[in-house]
Amino acid sequence: MISEQEKKAKAYWKENVKYLSILLIIWFAVSYGAGILFKDLLNEIRLGGFKLGFWFAQQGSIYVFVILIFIYVRLMNKLDKKYGYDKD
Amino acid sequence: MSVQIWTYILVGITFALYIGIAIWSRAGSTKEFYVAGGGVSPLANGMATAADWMSAASFISMAGIIAFDGYDGAVYLMGWTGGYVLLALLLAPYLRKFGKFTVPDFIGDRYYSKTARSVAVFCALLVSFTYVAGQMRGVGIVFSRFLEVDINTGVLIGMIIVLFYAVLGGMKGITYTQVAQYCVLIFAFMVPAIFISIQMTGNPIPQLGFGDTVADGSGTYLLDKLDGLSTELGFSEYTDGSKSMLDVFTITLALMVGTAGLPHVIVRFFTVKRVKDARKSAGYALLLIAILYTTAPAVAVFAKTNLIESVQNKKYEELPLWFKNWEDTELLGWVDKNEDGKIQYTKGHAVVGNKNKPIFDGQQRGEYGERIITNINTSTKNELFVDRDIMVLANPEIANLPNWVIALVAAGGLAAALSTAAGLLLVISSSVSHDLIKKMIKPNISEKGELVAARISAVAAVCVAGYFGINPPGFVAAVVALAFGLAAASFFPAIVLGIFYKRMNKEGAISGMIVGILCMLLYMIKYKLGWFDDVLPSSDEWWFGISPEGFGAVAMFINFIVSLVVCQFTSKPPKEVQDIVENIRIPSNAGQSTNH
Repeated sequence: MISEQEKKAKAYWKENVKYLSILLIIWFAVSYGAGILFKDLLNEIRLGGFKLGFWFAQQGSIYVFVILIFIYVRLMNKLDKKYGYDKD
Repeated sequence: MSVQIWTYILVGITFALYIGIAIWSRAGSTKEFYVAGGGVSPLANGMATAADWMSAASFISMAGIIAFDGYDGAVYLMGWTGGYVLLALLLAPYLRKFGKFTVPDFIGDRYYSKTARSVAVFCALLVSFTYVAGQMRGVGIVFSRFLEVDINTGVLIGMIIVLFYAVLGGMKGITYTQVAQYCVLIFAFMVPAIFISIQMTGNPIPQLGFGDTVADGSGTYLLDKLDGLSTELGFSEYTDGSKSMLDVFTITLALMVGTAGLPHVIVRFFTVKRVKDARKSAGYALLLIAILYTTAPAVAVFAKTNLIESVQNKKYEELPLWFKNWEDTELLGWVDKNEDGKIQYTKGHAVVGNKNKPIFDGQQRGEYGERIITNINTSTKNELFVDRDIMVLANPEIANLPNWVIALVAAGGLAAALSTAAGLLLVISSSVSHDLIKKMIKPNISEKGELVAARISAVAAVCVAGYFGINPPGFVAAVVALAFGLAAASFFPAIVLGIFYKRMNKEGAISGMIVGILCMLLYMIKYKLGWFDDVLPSSDEWWFGISPEGFGAVAMFINFIVSLVVCQFTSKPPKEVQDIVENIRIPSNAGQSTNH
């Protein structure tokens, strides 16, 4: 028999892992994808003086990293509240 | 006022500030000493983490490396920031919930074994010591260049300052001095960058400036101009690298994962109050780091363009004063190979042997007043030697900025080097006093005794680091870059599996860590240090063209595979351990970091 509490913990963990997977896919796509693997392709596109692949490698990916963490913080704060895990 | 006086004033003020903070925030208990009492606010912790993270290498060397590597420099930019995403999402909240003092604490408890703890202590000490020796050297270099004392005296002054606030304040003192150091270093990095960005492109934001048009009204984009200059001189295009894609990929991955596995970074997240604060402070830390890391590539482009334009095909006699000043510090050198009295800068090393650094013939001067170099490389046409560190250090002079800005760079470089050294020393002292003495050798030691032991080991660690700073063994510089590979190959898989895979047991984790770190060490010894062969094997012999710096990523995968395979054939972890895993996954009731 699984207790109510364990069920809740399992559901919480599942949602957490779902968020993680989505955010890490974006993390991978901007840095390894846009900045490295597809850089030559993206370099055909220009953003002012920047070639896009170069921009992702030296600027864009870092901005996205910062945004990703803050999105994660927001999502998790909401999730904690939903499951009542937001008490100290 | 002269640069010299400005430097004394600015460095003096900042040092007084650090010491004042150290006295105000000295530690009274082991908890204050190890984790600053566990009550640091997320923003303060973010600033401290950022200062801890950004070392002399980030502040002084990184922009220079990017200036010479062009696109390839992205491995450091992405590698040293992307790791924070992994930290925030995969490690920090859970380790905070776990609520102990050190990384070996987690490994030891999660894998219910003293062997696992010992392996972790060994890895933590190995990683931290290689890293800290480089920092003390950085302190010495900044002192010697700006205060005109000799490098060794510089290291000694640095040791005394760090000793003072690390021993007195422990984590608490370090955290609050690091907050101040972050402010100093970011101000010192941004001011010259903004000045130069306005000069070159008219855009006050460096991040946008280097993608803008040159301020001479021609309408050419700065990056296109630099690409043009680079190809003209025989280099590859600046925005296109020369490393193979696989190498760029693996180095970036090794640096990212290594960042997330560095004990002195992880331990910062034990200092906040709640799990949600741990997530948030990782966000602040990265935001604050990103300010410097997105400016560095701009500085690189400005500095490289400036350098080429001010020296290429110019007569030596007509060069600005900074060239001669830096020639005196032996970081610049010129050999007139075609005897035309002008500087030609092109592909290839200007000098040969001595690690491609020039050997100057005392104070002997040549025909045009240049310092004579004895180890000329006649097989290339390149006449110019430039040390990469110059790009940040000399940048304000090259751009003719006011003296106080030049002095500010010295204070910033010192803040960066000292804050990182202090953070690492704390990890070393807590590894010794907590993980070794309290948990393994003498478990019944009193709180007071442990605090004394922590302080003594901090003193010992400073002395050892100082010794390596003054007498750097030839391999330290090479190994510092590889500390990341070692951290990636050992800690990261063990911690991630410990949180995300309940079935992971001690046999799997221990064999994974040992095999991972051994692979990394062997590859490093063979291809970076060359101890197995008479000569260092060339890059053609690297496995799949992966450099030793990138091999950490491969060793990490090996660690993961070994851990998972061994785990399938050995028994499940006991029920209590599975309960620990259940518990750290739930953020509530984190309580304070405890000893029990």
